[in-house]
Amino acid sequence: MTRITDTIARALSGFRSTPMSRAFGSWLGKIAGGFLALLVLTAIFAPWITPFDYAAQDLTNGNAPPGWPHLLGTDQFGRDVLSRVIYGARTSLSVSATAIAISITVGMTLGAAAGYFGGFFERAVMTVVDLTWSFPDILIALIFVAIIGPGLTSTTFAIAIAYLAQFTRLTRAQIVRLKQETFIEVTINLGAKPYHILLKHLLPNAIAPVIVVGMLAIGDGIVLEATLGFFGLGAQPPTPSWGAMMSSGTAKLFLSPWVIIFPGVVVAVTVIAVNLFGDELIRALDIRDRIRDS
Amino acid sequence: MLEVRDLEVAFGQIAPLCGVSFALEKGETLGIVGESGSGKSLTAMSVMGLLPLSGGRITAGSIIFDGQELTKLPEAAYRKLRGGRLGLITQNPMTSLDPLQKIGPQVDAVARLHLGITGQQARARTIEILGTLRIPEPALICDRYPHQMSGGMKQRIVIAGALAADPDLLVADEPTTALDVTVQAQIIRLLDDLVKERALSLVLITHDMSVVAQTCDRVVVMYAGRAIEQGPVEAIFAEPQHPYTQALIGCIPKGLSEDEHLVGIPGTVPTVMNYPKGCPFHPRCIRAEDICTKTSPSLLPRVDGAVACHFPGAAP
Amino acid sequence: MLLRYIFFRALMLIPVSISISVVIFLIVHLLPGDPIDNLIRVGSSTEDRKTLVLKYGLDQPLAVQYFRWIGAIFQGDFGEAIVLRRPVADLIAQNLPYSLRLGGAAFAFSSIAGITLGTISATTRSAIVEIIMRGFILLGSTVPGFWLALLMILFFAVQLQWFPVSGAKGWSSLVLPVLTIGFGGVALVARVTRVALLDVRREDFVTLLHAKGLPSRTILFRHLMPHAMLPVVTILALRIGWILGGAVTVEFVFGRPGLGSLLIRAIGQRDYPVVQGCLLMLALAVMLGTLIGDVAQAAMDPRIRETKK
Repeated sequence: MTRITDTIARALSGFRSTPMSRAFGSWLGKIAGGFLALLVLTAIFAPWITPFDYAAQDLTNGNAPPGWPHLLGTDQFGRDVLSRVIYGARTSLSVSATAIAISITVGMTLGAAAGYFGGFFERAVMTVVDLTWSFPDILIALIFVAIIGPGLTSTTFAIAIAYLAQFTRLTRAQIVRLKQETFIEVTINLGAKPYHILLKHLLPNAIAPVIVVGMLAIGDGIVLEATLGFFGLGAQPPTPSWGAMMSSGTAKLFLSPWVIIFPGVVVAVTVIAVNLFGDELIRALDIRDRIRDS
Repeated sequence: MLEVRDLEVAFGQIAPLCGVSFALEKGETLGIVGESGSGKSLTAMSVMGLLPLSGGRITAGSIIFDGQELTKLPEAAYRKLRGGRLGLITQNPMTSLDPLQKIGPQVDAVARLHLGITGQQARARTIEILGTLRIPEPALICDRYPHQMSGGMKQRIVIAGALAADPDLLVADEPTTALDVTVQAQIIRLLDDLVKERALSLVLITHDMSVVAQTCDRVVVMYAGRAIEQGPVEAIFAEPQHPYTQALIGCIPKGLSEDEHLVGIPGTVPTVMNYPKGCPFHPRCIRAEDICTKTSPSLLPRVDGAVACHFPGAAP
Repeated sequence: MLLRYIFFRALMLIPVSISISVVIFLIVHLLPGDPIDNLIRVGSSTEDRKTLVLKYGLDQPLAVQYFRWIGAIFQGDFGEAIVLRRPVADLIAQNLPYSLRLGGAAFAFSSIAGITLGTISATTRSAIVEIIMRGFILLGSTVPGFWLALLMILFFAVQLQWFPVSGAKGWSSLVLPVLTIGFGGVALVARVTRVALLDVRREDFVTLLHAKGLPSRTILFRHLMPHAMLPVVTILALRIGWILGGAVTVEFVFGRPGLGSLLIRAIGQRDYPVVQGCLLMLALAVMLGTLIGDVAQAAMDPRIRETKK
């Protein structure tokens, strides 16, 4: 069984592990990192960068193709697509990052407690986690949105829940592995208190892979946010979000395809950049095996 | 029956085998000894024509089997020889059988392929061979899976597969290394009996000099990809000329006497990446002199054999 | 032996199904307000409310309510859809065939195309095929499915007019949805096949098979492929869940009837009995998928059949 999972892990690991593309890869990782930094800055300084008000309607100039002054064209209400894409970055990035931050916090706590205390608690937590693990993230998110109803808050929590399992598993695997190491055993035998061992010794050693996986999960979160938004279950108008923009764009799909093409390209490029950059981090920190453990 | 002359093998730029020669008559057992990494297994793979599997190729020399030049044989013809007239026994029986298939079909396949007989006839043959290899209840064993068998049993099944099409030459690559000590002796005895009963020729690759002493007619001693000494077993054991052969023989425990000292060989086997210049054995040799570090010794004739050493002779 | 394995493996599904059904059951009760408001049309008469309270036993403790609910489902009663005013079971029966057809076609496409591509790539050892496959895996896991679906519609349905834009009439309407769902899957299956095949090739028993003089083709199909299929079956079983997730999105975009579009519409309309019914069916499909995957693996590998869990 372990051989099978190992084969799969190797098949999936990373975009590049052939020698030929390795040098090429590190170069790609840098570009990806640069793109992400630029995107975050754009999102932060959106009010000063956007050429138009993202909500300003101009019905006389609806469905205008890309050109001047609307670089990426306008939607059916004459709103500037570029400005909305830039503001959409704010929504997507903040929702996804917040969600993953919640996911990491809760997941690490659960995983650390499960790994440290073991016993019935561990089995209970891991049963639930394994259960959610086998379900596609969109289904888990949909269950959650079904409970709290559509909106950005529920989207945030839905994303947080959808990726909770992987952080719990990862942290638990790390803690279980660390617990067997000599220096931890010595600390335990010296009579240190559990929370002291956890906070001072175990978690700091387990955090690097969690952060990198969290980084990759932000990419998945962006896709999930866009998907929920597209279904009309995420950001509600007039809040600009990449998913919601594309959702409203489908009404005039043939007339003004740029309304869905540009936000989609931005989502795809962002998530690819997140993956390439995350891969580069995994390689630079040399933690591929530790991530595979879980 | 088999004659290997000046065989050289290369993997890309690396040449782990350079200049191996030996010959073997029908019904004879030839031992190839050496430490791990000396090129024994590569020699076996060369004879079987299986080097391309691991990315290697024969760059020089010839392998003549029953008057046929094997190094230039087309793959299709080679495939007919493999399993048909040439049988291979691999090192690790644990991994040498397909774990997803029952034992019977794995052995049957050989006879069906090479003797052109039906499945039923092949099965009858398989059961008969398993019986001669002293496997209890051979008919039942055919329906078992490899993981249900012990290591010794698996090795017998590997041997059965090699024998299924009545080969003329058997190549056994360290057939006992992965087995328990008690089972090792059984398998060696089994192979020895087979050679005598079936007039087989056997190339027995091993790192155990005492196995060679018990079973072989001729012996080739290999070191760092070269055959450094060879000849009839009695002659080699009585008067080893190469210091390495002498050291190897010195490693065999002779009995339980208190004052006996086992002699080890100082240093380690060089890896393919750093074969020393000159005689490859010189860094570990007690007789080494200036010339040994510079030029590789050529083969000197010895009693019905050859030795590659600048200063051959009896141990001091 | 195999039957025994199937029995014990299926037994393990029982606690899992119970926990899932509890979660789905609780959806209605976790919502703020009186659960009855989530199960009935706005403006229903007090009498209607009373019948429903009695039917679901909403005045009883939660545990009793759960058993009533699950008991009704076992008898095919999934409750009444609030907006569509029809039994949920009918809605599911109407939509399920479409989802099965789409899911089945997408699954068959990913497996057949993936395994074929992977085998070709492993036997030819082409570096270009390898890089393209990796690129496709990256794209498949990063490009949002709904966006890919929209691009497909724009290009193949609008520009080239090869396939219908939406709907579920005839086989041609299946092509674009299947391509969308299979996009990442094919590359993924291909790569697992390739890595697994190249791994098995290095095994000792393969050397021995060559030493027996078996032709390369026999070795590939009779010995290497069954081994390579073990991880492929695992990934395919996992893929069933992803395909369902993808199908949810793709059904919505292509305007196809199906459980996915039914579910999304129901969530938007807060039609909770439908939401519960759809989620139950999808969860069941995911579990059956993993079960089939495990059983297939046990059927292929005698070593798994004999390990008791």
